[in-house]
Amino acid sequence: MFANYDFDVIWRSLPYLFYQGMTFTLLLTALATLGGIVIGTLLALMRLSGTAALTLPAAAYVNLMRSVPFVLMIFWFYFLVPYIGQWMTRSAQPLQVGAFASCLVTFTLFEAAFFCEIMRAGIQSIPRGQMAAAQALGMTYPTTMGYIVLPQAFRNMVPVLLTQTIILFQDTSLVYVISVTDFLGAASKVAERDGRLVEMYTFAAVVYFVISLAASRTVAHLQRRIAIIR
Amino acid sequence: MNYHWNWAIFWELSPDGVHTYFQTLLLGTGWTLATAACAWIIALTLGSLVGALRTMPFAAAVRFGNVYVELFRNVPLLVQMFLWYFVMPEIVPRAFGTWLKQQPNASFYTAVVALGLYMSARVAEQVRAGILSLPRGQRQAALALGLTLPQTYLYVLMPMTYRIIMPPLTSELLNTIKNSAVALTIGLMELTARARAMQEFSFQVFEAFTAATIIYIVINIVVTFAMRVVERRIAVPGYLGFKAPAAGH
Repeated sequence: MFANYDFDVIWRSLPYLFYQGMTFTLLLTALATLGGIVIGTLLALMRLSGTAALTLPAAAYVNLMRSVPFVLMIFWFYFLVPYIGQWMTRSAQPLQVGAFASCLVTFTLFEAAFFCEIMRAGIQSIPRGQMAAAQALGMTYPTTMGYIVLPQAFRNMVPVLLTQTIILFQDTSLVYVISVTDFLGAASKVAERDGRLVEMYTFAAVVYFVISLAASRTVAHLQRRIAIIR
Repeated sequence: MNYHWNWAIFWELSPDGVHTYFQTLLLGTGWTLATAACAWIIALTLGSLVGALRTMPFAAAVRFGNVYVELFRNVPLLVQMFLWYFVMPEIVPRAFGTWLKQQPNASFYTAVVALGLYMSARVAEQVRAGILSLPRGQRQAALALGLTLPQTYLYVLMPMTYRIIMPPLTSELLNTIKNSAVALTIGLMELTARARAMQEFSFQVFEAFTAATIIYIVINIVVTFAMRVVERRIAVPGYLGFKAPAAGH
């Protein structure tokens, strides 16, 4: 049954798949998660600030990102980032940005909307009395947030944030639509060059499956360990 | 910004020679909705079945359900689309594979199956959570009354579950619509693909993507609003989500 298949192609392309492709995928996942959590937390603070000037733009941004397909957003940023770069550096021509920088901006800004909702839920899960107690002790709003509310919100939300990171990891495969060489992009290039679509796509699926499953098992384990007994 | 804006581009004829660019976007919207609707039927049917299996008192059924969900949740949708589109026709018997590849709307059927199965795993998670949220007395009471297990699910547990998990199901429906954009990678000319094509032919990048974005937002608002009406009508009295109708005399 396997007579017509050439599984050796996987072995031959392993260095390319992992050194080039998987490095890109994992680096993008890690940096976009960090950036997304930072910007997402700021967005969450804006949404919870109670000032319309901050609440409305943040809510509009989050709802926009959440109602549009990620693929469309990847296209948007792919064409928009050079113009943003031009505007920021005040150069005469749209700025040439590399594939990685473009993807990083896209993923950070898109996932920030999802991290925002997670952090908002985390902040809202902190009992109101803690805020009141901090204020009664004379703490300012930034101090209260930075030392009392956010650390606890973050801790409560670690499993959800990590689950979102696994989703982000799977979403990185979508950079295929702008022909970037991530893990799937690398697999697809080898597949088309050698006419080995069955072998390469099956292998890609297995790799994504193993990594995602291992990661989600780890998260479930972590969730049991760090759960606060109330 | 030295970008040349031209909003009149929508009324110009697209390269297909028949439709304006605006009409091609509407055609794409049609494909997006058709794909999402068909995939949603599969997702809801299989998702309910698998979700229910995972709460049944049979270890084998639970294990099957768990494997099913893990399988479809841990592989990116794009990779699953490729598996169905490029790999599946090659590993089935040759005649059947050839027949599959010759179907005129192969990318549509493939997208529906791939998206439907992918979303069914997520629906199964919601259904399972919904069933487990029911007081255990409901199942016991139904069985004590002499209902068989299938009857218990059909007449007691599932109707309650659907009414409780309506809000998360709404977001899964919206996800199905959004995820249908991934099908452009296997050649389905849905909304995002049409916007991309319009950009390629007319060079009006931002007009094309703005139009597509607005259409997605409108779909989103309409679906959310419709589902909210449904949610209100089927909310279970006594639960927090239920708002009592205005009291009359």
